[in-house]
Amino acid sequence: MSPEFIQFILSGITLGATYTLAALGFSMIFNASGVINFAQGEFIMIGGMCASVLVSAGIPLPLACIVGVMAAGLIGYLMERLAVGQCRDAEVATLILVTIGVSMIVRGLTEIFFGKANHGLPHFSSDKPIEIAGATILPQSLWVLAVSALIVVGLKLFFSRTQLGKGMLAASYDRLAAQLVGIDVRRVLTLSFILSALIGAFGGILVTPISTVAYDTGIMLGLKGFVAATLGGLGSGSGAVFGGLLLGLVEALTAGYVSSAYKDAVPFVMVFIVMVLRPQGLLGAKPTDRI
Amino acid sequence: MIKLPGANGVDSGSLPEEVVNRFRGLAALAAVLIILPAFLPNTFYVDVANRVAILAMNAIMLNLLMGYTGQISLGHAGFFGLGAYGSAILTARYNVPPLGGLILSAVVTALLSWAVARVILRLRGHYLAMATLGLGVIITIVLTNEAQWTGGPDGMPVGRFSVLGYSLAGERQWYWVFAVLLFATVVITQNLINSPAGRALQALHGSEVAATVAGVDVRRRKMDVFVLSATVSSILGSLGAHYFGYINPGIADFVQSTELVIIVVFGGMASIYGALIGAVIIGILPQFLAGYDGWDVVAFGVILAATMIFLPRGLVPSLAAAMRPKRGATC
Amino acid sequence: MRKSTIAFGVALAALVVAGVNQAIAAEPIKVGAVLSLTGGAAPLGEPEAQTLQMMVDETNKAGGLLGRRVALIQFDDGSDPGKANGFVKRLIEDEKVDMLIGGTTTGATMAMYSLVERAEIPFISLGGARVIVDPVKKWLFKVSHDDRMASERALQDMAGRGYKSIALLADTTGYGQSSRKETLAVAGKYGVSIIADETFNVKDTDVTAQLAKIKNNPAVQALFVSSFGQGPIVVAKGMAQLGMTLPHYEGHGSASQEYLNLTGAASEGVRMPSPAVIVAQVLPDSDPQKALSAEYAKAFEARFKTPPSTFGAYARDAWLLWVNAVTRAGSTDKAKVRDALENTKDFPDTSGIVTMSPQDHLGIDSSGLKMVQIKNGGWTLAK
Repeated sequence: MSPEFIQFILSGITLGATYTLAALGFSMIFNASGVINFAQGEFIMIGGMCASVLVSAGIPLPLACIVGVMAAGLIGYLMERLAVGQCRDAEVATLILVTIGVSMIVRGLTEIFFGKANHGLPHFSSDKPIEIAGATILPQSLWVLAVSALIVVGLKLFFSRTQLGKGMLAASYDRLAAQLVGIDVRRVLTLSFILSALIGAFGGILVTPISTVAYDTGIMLGLKGFVAATLGGLGSGSGAVFGGLLLGLVEALTAGYVSSAYKDAVPFVMVFIVMVLRPQGLLGAKPTDRI
Repeated sequence: MIKLPGANGVDSGSLPEEVVNRFRGLAALAAVLIILPAFLPNTFYVDVANRVAILAMNAIMLNLLMGYTGQISLGHAGFFGLGAYGSAILTARYNVPPLGGLILSAVVTALLSWAVARVILRLRGHYLAMATLGLGVIITIVLTNEAQWTGGPDGMPVGRFSVLGYSLAGERQWYWVFAVLLFATVVITQNLINSPAGRALQALHGSEVAATVAGVDVRRRKMDVFVLSATVSSILGSLGAHYFGYINPGIADFVQSTELVIIVVFGGMASIYGALIGAVIIGILPQFLAGYDGWDVVAFGVILAATMIFLPRGLVPSLAAAMRPKRGATC
Repeated sequence: MRKSTIAFGVALAALVVAGVNQAIAAEPIKVGAVLSLTGGAAPLGEPEAQTLQMMVDETNKAGGLLGRRVALIQFDDGSDPGKANGFVKRLIEDEKVDMLIGGTTTGATMAMYSLVERAEIPFISLGGARVIVDPVKKWLFKVSHDDRMASERALQDMAGRGYKSIALLADTTGYGQSSRKETLAVAGKYGVSIIADETFNVKDTDVTAQLAKIKNNPAVQALFVSSFGQGPIVVAKGMAQLGMTLPHYEGHGSASQEYLNLTGAASEGVRMPSPAVIVAQVLPDSDPQKALSAEYAKAFEARFKTPPSTFGAYARDAWLLWVNAVTRAGSTDKAKVRDALENTKDFPDTSGIVTMSPQDHLGIDSSGLKMVQIKNGGWTLAK
């Protein structure tokens, strides 16, 4: 294997880890409510934004990260309580519009209070690249990968081992039945928004040292997360991971070997093919993996 | 099932009332379209009206797809872009007369949408949304990258629209073209919806299985509507391109497609007047909010979210239901 | 149905009332601006809008123009040329402006121009591409060095340093692609050949795939990047990650304090053609651009608490060119102001000494672009 090829793979994995974190949030909310949350990208953005603004104001990095994640969690909570949860029996299209509305509010307020400039964050550990077989990867990318893996494992345990997680899973299968056995469905919905906001924000903070963040960063990442989640199979946790990594790899390999001008089109062509062959997404058929 | 205001599909005993209502609606629309120019002080307002009319026709076509067959399309602006660029390229680079460019683009779009529909209409819900989103994104990327044809991200100029030596110039001439087309779109779609085929379509949104059992060729109907709405959007794109005089890939992108979906759902799914009113409000709102940097986005978001929370079925159907004397459940 | 008719009527009435209200207002000189305050070109449009506000306030504080107040009416096109076209119609027809500034981007400028030409209003664009003034358009003027000049400056420097085969990396925005096109067109003139031609999306979070491809092409002697905002920052970080030592050139879109701050050590040694504003402090005192650039930079930073940018300086230049033309014309008559603009002679601004003519609506050459190099996290004049 040439170092060039390995570099493309490493680039793809770095990109893919970011998309995975975006896709996980999509899947979680989709499972709990059947809604495609168009504000998912905003959760990612707000995490990175809050943290970097706080760091440049002199707050230590760990504290800034915690505040950033909390801020997104609060927005997720408010979003469910004040907006999405208010019209739960509405059609899916209606709910999607509500999430578009919320995303505009969050993006607009961020622009007003934090401005339009790009913001960065210091690398969590060293910024010296690590060499692997002639190719390199940033330690920060390893952070992204490690945390993504931890979140996936954590979610898996949460849904299979805890009472609350099992309840959430049950509610996503059959809301009425879950209600009948005493699960507070509304609480499950709220929780899913908070959780996916937390995951999104954490992802946003992790990639900011690599890519910087601005008020409109969330649009692009949200879109990629949606693609990744659909590719892997909406609602499937391992599908989100798989879809995210696949999307990242395809982009990097297309840019490397085919055409960098069309690298953003190729994933969609792939989506087409996947959907024709497997309309439920690549891993969408394994209901036991739903989160 | 959501009903069109005035087009009450279930209690067939009130058919005469339905017909009367439909004509009343059309008469009101015609009156507004005829009187409107007198109240538009200058061409800027006429321009806004023209843009709203284009938006409204696009939204009505998308509503036919979303409201009556339950198929979400997140890439509809792509077809508009195909028509616009088709006309622009054919007239500017190949000296094809504008009408020829319009027809050729429409044919190409129809064929493409037919080919795509064959594949993607097997998909449902979010997966269909994803596939159409992909289609729109791919179209935008091609328009951006093939600069030798399209002028790239900065776009390209488009000449005037002319037929048989008579060329359309100025917002007010165009106004009448768009007004007539808008009126025709409403009349035709209303007739379509109330035809036997249309009633079959409405059944689709209710339950596909039920429709199939009742002998409706579901797949075929969905294809028809998909191709029809794509082709009309292409024609609108061609006209729009000649009207704007300058186009760029942004007219085909995800943002525009989302705006169309917003209009349809905001105005009310399966409501022709809903799409119309939605287009008027969503089309004019930015003009009111312009100049409040940042806050305009927030205000738009608040209006959108609040409307959907308090009028979950969209503006027109929700308000119509509230006004109508309670006659049992309406959905 | 009747409800919908009423709703339509109400919306319509509101629109008409809004129009009447605006007509009653007092009669200052009206300047209309359409800029990209949101969307992809926002990093360019934001400082332009801030600068215009600052310039209007300054002009009014100094007693206005021809004894009249100046009012600025500004709209955000959201980086969508289609919207720019709509807003300029509003400025022309409804606000009846005396003069137009804008088009943050070339696309927006071109989308607006056909209307402006019909309305016969002097129009100064802040866009970058050469097409704005080539061929010359009667009512359209331009203040910034066009992207061909920027490319030529960079290519000249490359040729001087013996780089004959270079790689291009441009983003897919209008800015990146126009700059790429000009570079491809003029490279031959300097004996430089483009042997790798890559693109990326300006919002990409990683471009190491493209960079690795360039890195592994042993014939490449230098890399030229055309992008702005987040794009060049991600590129610089990617190059550092891959340990690339390839001589690195940026276009003038990267000439900003933000680029220095967010790239840190990753941009050490980068060379780029920069407008004077960014590097005013390192220019020799004899440079005619130094004093006025420094003055603008100081005023901007004092008011907005952010470092000045190249793009803001374009807005400043556009404003002062217009003020100068109105003063010389002694009137706001649109045709007279246009003629005065076209007759601008030896007018120093941040981009150079402007001398316009009926054949040249830009009036500057590439000497106003300074070839700079980043050293120790700061700007130095390239040697």
